[in-house]
Amino acid sequence: MNGTSQSNARVTDGGTSAEPLLEIRDLSIVYDDDVIAVDHVSLELGRGETVGLAGESGCGKSTLALGLCRLLRPPAVITSGSVVYRGSRLAAGGVDLMEQSSRELRKLRWREISIVFQSAMNALNPVLRVRDQLGDAIDAHLKLGRREKQERLGELLDLVGIPRERLRSYPHELSGGMRQRVVIAMALAAEPEVVIMDEPTTALDVVVQKEILAQVVELQQRLNFAVLFITHDLSLLIEIADRIAVMYAGRIVEIGTAEEIHSQPSHPYTQGLLGSFPSVHGARRELAGIPGSPPDLRALPPGCPFVPRCAHAREQCREIDMSLGRVDDVDASHLTACPFVRPAAAGDWSRAARTAEAGPAR
Amino acid sequence: MAIAVSAPVQTAPTARRGEFLRSMPLKAKIGGGILAVFVLIAIIGPAIAPYDPSAISATQSVALPPNLHHLLGTAVDGGDIFSQLLVSIRGTVVLGVLTATFAALLSVGFGVTAGFLGGVADEGLSLVMNVFLILPALPLLIIVLGFLPHTGQLPTAFVLSILGWAWGARVIRAQTLTLRGRDFVAAARETGEPTWRLVVFEVLPNEISLIAANFVGTFLYAILTSVALAFIGVANLSNWSLGVMLYWAQNSTAINIGAWWWYLPPGLAVAILGMSLVLLNFGLDELGNPRLRRSTKSRRRARGAKAWRPTDATPVKRLEVAP
Amino acid sequence: MRFITRRLAFYVVAAWTAITINFAIPHLLPSNPVEVMMARHPEFPPSARRALEIQFGLGHQGSLLHQYGVYLDHLLHGNLGISVLNYPASVVTVLNNTVPWTILLVGSATIISFVIGTLLGIFAGWRRGGWFDKALPAFTFVQAIPYFFLAELALVLFSSDLHIFPSYGGYQLGDTIGFNGTFIASALSHSILPALTIIVTSMAGWMLQMRNVMITTIGEDFVLAAQAKGLSTRRIMFTYAARNAILPNIAGFALAIGFVIAGALVMEIVFSYPGVGYQLFQAVTNDDFPVMQGIFLAISATVLVCCLLADVVYVLADPRVRTRAAY
Repeated sequence: MNGTSQSNARVTDGGTSAEPLLEIRDLSIVYDDDVIAVDHVSLELGRGETVGLAGESGCGKSTLALGLCRLLRPPAVITSGSVVYRGSRLAAGGVDLMEQSSRELRKLRWREISIVFQSAMNALNPVLRVRDQLGDAIDAHLKLGRREKQERLGELLDLVGIPRERLRSYPHELSGGMRQRVVIAMALAAEPEVVIMDEPTTALDVVVQKEILAQVVELQQRLNFAVLFITHDLSLLIEIADRIAVMYAGRIVEIGTAEEIHSQPSHPYTQGLLGSFPSVHGARRELAGIPGSPPDLRALPPGCPFVPRCAHAREQCREIDMSLGRVDDVDASHLTACPFVRPAAAGDWSRAARTAEAGPAR
Repeated sequence: MAIAVSAPVQTAPTARRGEFLRSMPLKAKIGGGILAVFVLIAIIGPAIAPYDPSAISATQSVALPPNLHHLLGTAVDGGDIFSQLLVSIRGTVVLGVLTATFAALLSVGFGVTAGFLGGVADEGLSLVMNVFLILPALPLLIIVLGFLPHTGQLPTAFVLSILGWAWGARVIRAQTLTLRGRDFVAAARETGEPTWRLVVFEVLPNEISLIAANFVGTFLYAILTSVALAFIGVANLSNWSLGVMLYWAQNSTAINIGAWWWYLPPGLAVAILGMSLVLLNFGLDELGNPRLRRSTKSRRRARGAKAWRPTDATPVKRLEVAP
Repeated sequence: MRFITRRLAFYVVAAWTAITINFAIPHLLPSNPVEVMMARHPEFPPSARRALEIQFGLGHQGSLLHQYGVYLDHLLHGNLGISVLNYPASVVTVLNNTVPWTILLVGSATIISFVIGTLLGIFAGWRRGGWFDKALPAFTFVQAIPYFFLAELALVLFSSDLHIFPSYGGYQLGDTIGFNGTFIASALSHSILPALTIIVTSMAGWMLQMRNVMITTIGEDFVLAAQAKGLSTRRIMFTYAARNAILPNIAGFALAIGFVIAGALVMEIVFSYPGVGYQLFQAVTNDDFPVMQGIFLAISATVLVCCLLADVVYVLADPRVRTRAAY
């Protein structure tokens, strides 16, 4: 209970194999020599699993997502860690993405790990037709004959529910929702095993959002790829993710199954996040929110970065090392970085926040 | 000549004076410094010139190289090149400043009006702008100035600015359009601020760096064009300017007779003056568009860094683990 | 299509403006331009008066509007007046002798410099921190030097001092004009230096322009997406980055045409190349206004046609503009 357990506590993913499909271990990413955007993060993704990554803007989740497949541009530098990918098409033992050259990585890209970018309009080349953009992903990785390729292009659009005539369209001729669907179809073009989705629906209205998410869930069940779903919307993740990791200031502060996070949020930040979302269902309750704003990553004080905004902060918080430890002795999958705070009763954390506002626990 | 067509990005808020000067990029300082030297020469040049530039020697018929009496040698007819240079710099600089001023007035007037009013007025004004932009300036200038061969500085500057304002007007119009859609303009409108006040006190200050960059750009255009015109022989030869000096040099086949002291000084003067303006322009661009600026830190790193291509993967540089 | 129609309408307005300005200038003078001309040039034959009157439309009585109509009528019939210097040759004849030379030189030099400059710009923008970024300050300096100064230097260096290239003219005097080997050879050798000068000075501008836009474009998400897709370098560089980066440059090409032509004209004068520029120089020196005005119209027409061509290329290159009305 005192948070002295190892930072690499393994989480069983309940998949068919014991070894995770994607294993991020101790990854650190630094910008400009002084901004630590990702600080010794470890995370695992099992086959066919959906892992959500939640946090405010600037917490490092997108950096983590792009950094793990080394798509970040200078001045970003990876300063520690490994990312082992064990795709079924590769030799046993998998490969460490941090050890690959640009050329080797290029072969792995899209075919093994693909990305759905946030703003679909920007992710599509404005001067190419849809069929050419889907097509070059296919050409780069699959050796298909002309007719096969045509058929596959049609199938991809069928997958996401877009009429086949749209293959001839340019991106600006499609609606926002359609574009996002095209981007999803594009991500699946080379049959990857991991799809990273970076805020795929944030820019869309709620109705379209729901349709697209339903589509994603259905596709995943059909094609069995793993998803790393990044968003600031924790309530969304609770609906669709198997496991959820919460990030703050470049570190994972809590990780567990969706149910655990939803009913027993342990880290004060997670509790704050959940208390910030109104629920369409259930009784009305007071929204708590989290006071303050995210810290300046250049000038992080020692210990826990959440201290300035935490209702439960105490002196010892400045001395902890942010390694993850079990929340309780029951669930090996539920870990938190805060050694002091434990989950309030289910649904009660808004009350916990309110009592905490009265004064930090001493 | 900068040919950027896209609308300018958000301008940096007008900073305080001290910060302003200190944070000016190096390019702007160098360019500005050189320009200041030229302006100084323009002011005091004719006063310190040892000879009357137009004075010719009745007996001389050969161009003399630099010597004690004539620091930069003489022309074929005995005119002192050094004096001519000093006076010519004033001529060229004055012409440049006059043209840039007129053009700035025109382009700000047209640009802000078009950008602010929008709609039909904008369409009409834009049409005028584009027509002036597309008409080939040099041949037209040749004809107009050819018809009026004895014009002074002022009319010449005026004619030059008539054909040179359109570019700046387009850029200012684009920026005004962007600013018009910004919240602070709507807010000022809501509080009932009269339009003219809004334009002068809210919109214009945000376009200062753009207007300055345009001024510099037009200055450059004026210099290059006036030199070209003089070179062709269209200028008023009684007003000394760098272009006129080059005209005489060309006319007397200075190149063929190897009189480098005749054509090199004015040519170099034009080149250096032009370069200073271009540098100043780049610097002002950086000032107005913080994105172009690179912090000294990133510049320092960039000097030692390896080259990077978009197909390169993120570099992995493992740090030593602290004990 | 709507885009092209709008642009076409604009060009018509611009052309009309040029034509009208051309007409207006001589009529704006306080004094009778014909008399002024005759007085200034006692060496003109009396027949020159007739040429000038025709040119200025002053021989006819009638209102300004009537003269304007006559002027437009002449224009539509291809009558640009009679040259004073080469009397009684018509302006059109004079132009016919000089325009091909200019098109040959300026046309090919401009196209070559645009193509090479753009290609170099693509490569320069692709590699950050590479050779070009390091040479940028020096490059900026060279680019600021006025083009005709470089032309003069080139002339001095290659022609007078080193005698590599001929220093003036379009061909060796004494050669018979025509499609024979000697003529073509000498024509080529006479055009190399001016062409090279034009290419070198204007190439820098295109290159810098393309490089800057490439850098901006490479920062766009779809280029990152292309990299994430694991596409080949060639495809990312050309089909994703360059294909988008070149669009503002095509628009910029149209705008810069006027400037490019002006520079080329001066270049011709420096090298005494028998093209339109040199003809203009001669006309100016001899107050041959009909020719001067004819050249102005010819250049305006060329600029407008080039701009229209650039617009057509732009529409073909950028699918987004087919539904919009402007750039």
